[in-house]
Amino acid sequence: MPFLVERRQLVTPGDLIAEDDFNAGENTYQEDKRIYASRVGLANFAGRNAYVVAVKGCYMPVVGDLVIGKVVETRLGAWNVDINAPYVGVLFTSEAFGRSFNSKRDEMTSMLDTGDLIVAKIISFERTRDPMLTIREPGLGRITRGHVIKISPTKVPRLIGKKGSMITLLKRETSCQIMIGQNGYVLVSGAKPELEALAILAINTIEKNAHTTGLTDRISELIKNEKKEKGLDGT
Amino acid sequence: MEPEKKYELINEQGLRLDNRKFDDLRPIKIDVGVLERANGSAYIEWGKNKILVAVYGPRDAHPRHLALEDRTLFRCRYHMAPFSTEERKNPAPSRREVELSKVIRESLEPVVFTELYPRTGIDVFIEVLESEGGTRCASITAASLALADAGIPIRDMVVACAAGKVNGQVVLDLSDIEDQKGDADLPVAIIPRTGEVTLLQMDGNLTREEFDKALNLAIEGCKKIYAMQKEALKKKYVEAKEDVEAEAEEAAGEADKE
Repeated sequence: MPFLVERRQLVTPGDLIAEDDFNAGENTYQEDKRIYASRVGLANFAGRNAYVVAVKGCYMPVVGDLVIGKVVETRLGAWNVDINAPYVGVLFTSEAFGRSFNSKRDEMTSMLDTGDLIVAKIISFERTRDPMLTIREPGLGRITRGHVIKISPTKVPRLIGKKGSMITLLKRETSCQIMIGQNGYVLVSGAKPELEALAILAINTIEKNAHTTGLTDRISELIKNEKKEKGLDGT
Repeated sequence: MEPEKKYELINEQGLRLDNRKFDDLRPIKIDVGVLERANGSAYIEWGKNKILVAVYGPRDAHPRHLALEDRTLFRCRYHMAPFSTEERKNPAPSRREVELSKVIRESLEPVVFTELYPRTGIDVFIEVLESEGGTRCASITAASLALADAGIPIRDMVVACAAGKVNGQVVLDLSDIEDQKGDADLPVAIIPRTGEVTLLQMDGNLTREEFDKALNLAIEGCKKIYAMQKEALKKKYVEAKEDVEAEAEEAAGEADKE
């Protein structure tokens, strides 16, 4: 029958969280008719789905996800991209140049070279092959300005907030462009370096306190105070 | 050269050399998440043992040709630092370290959901900084926590403890001297929820009854240590939560004053 722990209770792997007619949601596994946690996190349920919001977990590529990555290798016809996942992402030249491409190595590096940061989308991922990326859509491509910071992929939903409430607040209050990769990399680009630093501070604070309540208000306070202290609010 | 001391491993009050009763554990202290750059880490002090474990993964398996098509390549390296023992230990892997790397890997792999990450690798690095008997049990205990800290999905923590026979009596958690001068040493690792045994080794001589007694004693010890493992995992998290809640209270208090 029951969900066996309090909602949002901290559980460790192997803890029994639900019995009988619950389904094994994220970060849980099922044995007989019992659901156990497989990662450290806060246990909860939605309908009949018992799940754990993990404190830490690696990013598993999902088709359609926006990700930020770093080119780690330039091969003939493709770039290997580190997307903070157990698998390296592959960006074929056809998904970058958009036409049948006569691959000459210098032509490739004119667009992207090892060490470049890119915003990309995952277009395919199967168990037997590395994830494939594309940068052909608007808004995707090489990153030319701003800062890229790294947070735990499990905290990305908190950074976005309910219906985007948190990220909207951040963008508005810091006047920065913020692009969140589902893989935990975040691009912050602002008019002034102090505003970028402020946005980065806010994001790091959100990551540390993702599991607490009333965070949106506290972040709003934090930004307001910092702006005042640093004289960024025009006073 | 001193004449060989006669060790009174168990004295008339039934106490051992370090004043422990037969079923007392040595002092254990565990910290989780001590290395920033590793995906997961743990540090354990068990008696005079000091062991650091780092976990990396799941990540690209190198060398490529060793990667498995249907699951992750789970690797484990047990290594003793040259300064971990009184006599300098040669840094090159000894036969003992190779064996311990293997048995520790076999004790941990059953709890890892290896099928979730085909063609990747998970590496567990165990570095013994100071050694005092029972390093394999402490290593397994810490390695499980490092895996959990890394966010690698596991069925449960694996916990290990040794029992043995000293002066004809079955005792829990042998110290270095007891291991050397005693009659038998039985390290055991279990998956606490199901009671499955993932490591069972024996060094010495035990009768069937003594074996049963020692095994049960070790499993009892494991259960106590399992509680410490969960404590250690939650501690880091709870501290962070408490800091945040204290800050929030302070801020609320100041707002009230205004």
